Amino acid sequence: MTNPLDSLWGTVISGLVLTVALYVVAHALI
Amino acid sequence: MDYVPAIMRWLHLMAGVMWIGLLYYFNFVQVAALKAAAADSTAAGITKHVAPRALFYFRWAALVTWLAGAALLGSSFVGAFTLQAGHVPIGIGAWLGTIMLLNVWGLIWPNQKKVLGLKPATDEEKNKARRIAFLASRTNTMLSIPMLFFMAAGAHSGIYGL
Repeated sequence: MTNPLDSLWGTVISGLVLTVALYVVAHALI
Repeated sequence: MDYVPAIMRWLHLMAGVMWIGLLYYFNFVQVAALKAAAADSTAAGITKHVAPRALFYFRWAALVTWLAGAALLGSSFVGAFTLQAGHVPIGIGAWLGTIMLLNVWGLIWPNQKKVLGLKPATDEEKNKARRIAFLASRTNTMLSIPMLFFMAAGAHSGIYGL
């Protein structure tokens, strides 16, 4: 399996996915 | 005007622009430029003259950003880092920024010193250091995306629904 961080756009997409995941967590905490 | 928070917010934004701007320069521009430059033997121009200067402003801007952010949090510092009610968005942003700062000073800078020849290292050590610094830098680029989202949400929670 390739590391998404080896690709620039894999890095950006990972960041966007992490944003959504943390948004859901933040909502649950509020 | 409330001088200290106003100046700290201004400083936090200016240093943050420099830090993340240089992070994006490294990841969106320099990595690809070094690959192309290695092919025609012109990489030394970047590694000798550009990268050390960029890394200087990068690592110190990171520290100033964090310190100004901590000063800006003031009495909310503990509440933010323990994700207390009313501080969740800025707390998540602060945690992400803190991890990124530790990546800069704990992984990127020590390994870049070996890569750029500022610290003695064998070829094998340089190759290992190059990979660690690259992945730490890419990790910070990835983390910067939610970090900036939560920094914005911390100051404007209403429009972000948080």
